[in-house]
Amino acid sequence: MAIDVATVRKVAKLARIAEPEERLEPLARELNGIISWIEQLNEVDTDGVEPMTTSVAMSLPMRDDVVTEGGDPARVLGNAPRTEKGFFVVPKVVE
Amino acid sequence: MSALTGLTLKAALDGLADKSFSSEEITREHLSAIAASSALNAYVVHAPEKAIEMAKASDARRAKGDAGPLDGAPLGIKDLFCTEGVESTAGSMILRGFKPAYESTVTANLWRDGAVMLGKLNMDEFAMGSSNETSAWGPVVNPWRSNGGNADLTPGGSSGGSAAAVAAELCLAATATDTGGSIRQPAAFTGTVGVKPTYGRCSRWGIVAFASSLDQAGPMARTVEDTAILLRSMAGHDAKDSTSINAEVPDFASFCGKSVKGLRIGIPKEYRVDGMPPEIDRLWEQGIAWLKDAGCEIVEVSLPHTKYALPAYYIIAPAEASSNLARYDGMRFGLRVEGANLTETYENTRAQGFGAEVKRRILIGTYVLSAGYYDAYYIKALKVRRRIADDFDQAWQTCDALLTPTAPSAAFALGSKSDDPLAMYLNDIFTVTVNLAGLPGMSVPAGLDAQGLPLGLQLIGRNLDEGTLFSLGSALEKAADFRAKPAKWW
Repeated sequence: MAIDVATVRKVAKLARIAEPEERLEPLARELNGIISWIEQLNEVDTDGVEPMTTSVAMSLPMRDDVVTEGGDPARVLGNAPRTEKGFFVVPKVVE
Repeated sequence: MSALTGLTLKAALDGLADKSFSSEEITREHLSAIAASSALNAYVVHAPEKAIEMAKASDARRAKGDAGPLDGAPLGIKDLFCTEGVESTAGSMILRGFKPAYESTVTANLWRDGAVMLGKLNMDEFAMGSSNETSAWGPVVNPWRSNGGNADLTPGGSSGGSAAAVAAELCLAATATDTGGSIRQPAAFTGTVGVKPTYGRCSRWGIVAFASSLDQAGPMARTVEDTAILLRSMAGHDAKDSTSINAEVPDFASFCGKSVKGLRIGIPKEYRVDGMPPEIDRLWEQGIAWLKDAGCEIVEVSLPHTKYALPAYYIIAPAEASSNLARYDGMRFGLRVEGANLTETYENTRAQGFGAEVKRRILIGTYVLSAGYYDAYYIKALKVRRRIADDFDQAWQTCDALLTPTAPSAAFALGSKSDDPLAMYLNDIFTVTVNLAGLPGMSVPAGLDAQGLPLGLQLIGRNLDEGTLFSLGSALEKAADFRAKPAKWW
């Protein structure tokens, strides 16, 4: 499965990373190198094998649905690039 | 190097306990050593005032007779751990200036037990790398140099700062993390001991996430016993991490020096790879002989899917990373680079904030998770992961632990592999299987190569059986009698 420039452009868009046009070709080459090395996984017979998402064989623990902390906007906003009156300031989201 | 910085963690704790010196004294000596070590670039965040303040508080506790298990011991903390009010960057430009409002569980456990924080240690950006060269703050330089050479070598990665700081006596011990080998490979490259515990032993809460199903914190130190002491404080169940294991944390140090007689040691034949330097093969044979002399029974085992571990890892880890790193959007914390609209702001922020390797992995992860490729790549890799874990389960039928080399080479020159991602990825060929299966692993320094550079041997154990690794590790340590230290040039 070859990754072309159009695929890189699409994936970069999905990942929200601005890649300049001249980087797309070298990136396609790099990603192709890695993906074609990964293709060797097709040699492994995995028929009937359950996908393994975790090595911890336990069910997800549940907790009471209660407020444990909060009420401290200054700490929450402490690292924000822009704030105003106790809110995050972000670019306009809805036109 | 002065006397106090050269102590083992155990000896330092004993010296603090019998009041041979104070925490403030040993902390100040470390701070002086750190101040004179800028050529190594091991520390990226210096916190000398906080260190002295913590040391004084420790001395006060000890005077009152309520010292904890690590009280007064100055440690280095990998910059992947969030530390309250102290900059935590994960080696990334996107987190420059980020001061967490909370403390990671692992570091909180260390402070609960009385430890002192010297500063934050350099690392590959978001722990993605095997040479420390992906750090936004420049690579760490290995304190070791080859015989007669003056080329800068890599300390390995991603925990290169932790490894270099421990080797150069810039801390008594350090925290580190391991997603594909990031504790064990740097330990091997710097003649130090590194332990990746069973997945779930140490809480991941407050550790900047790379690949959540693989990430695990562990200790690095100059002796096996020191890593055992540190791990006991780091580990423990944490309700804030849903994958934290609720199991008793044993006194790991009590396993050090225990007889290993009768233990069955598996030697996986698939770990004899083409192009491995003959010295590493010889060291492996030597390790086998040492364990045999200590009374172990050596058995050959097969882990047939070993060669598929790295390709599976390079789907799973980037897939998880692409999802985890979506949070760096420039809105609530970290870097923001404004664009004409919201999407452009996201794209500019991430383009400028992330380095080349991180972007590469996010793109791979996004690709393998995207519509049409999810089953072919991601689900396939998860099935291969199961096969790899099954290989280990098979091996445990006939052995109690495995012995392998830690890395396929000694430390290499900075810059020598940075243009070739695949060559760099192959560094983790012997370590990555353990992360996929969730097992504990340890690297023990076992000898020097012809260039005078350290080499490590890896022990792999059953789930939650770190104890056996500490017994075997201390047996190897005793037999190897590894006392070499890097000659000070920095």
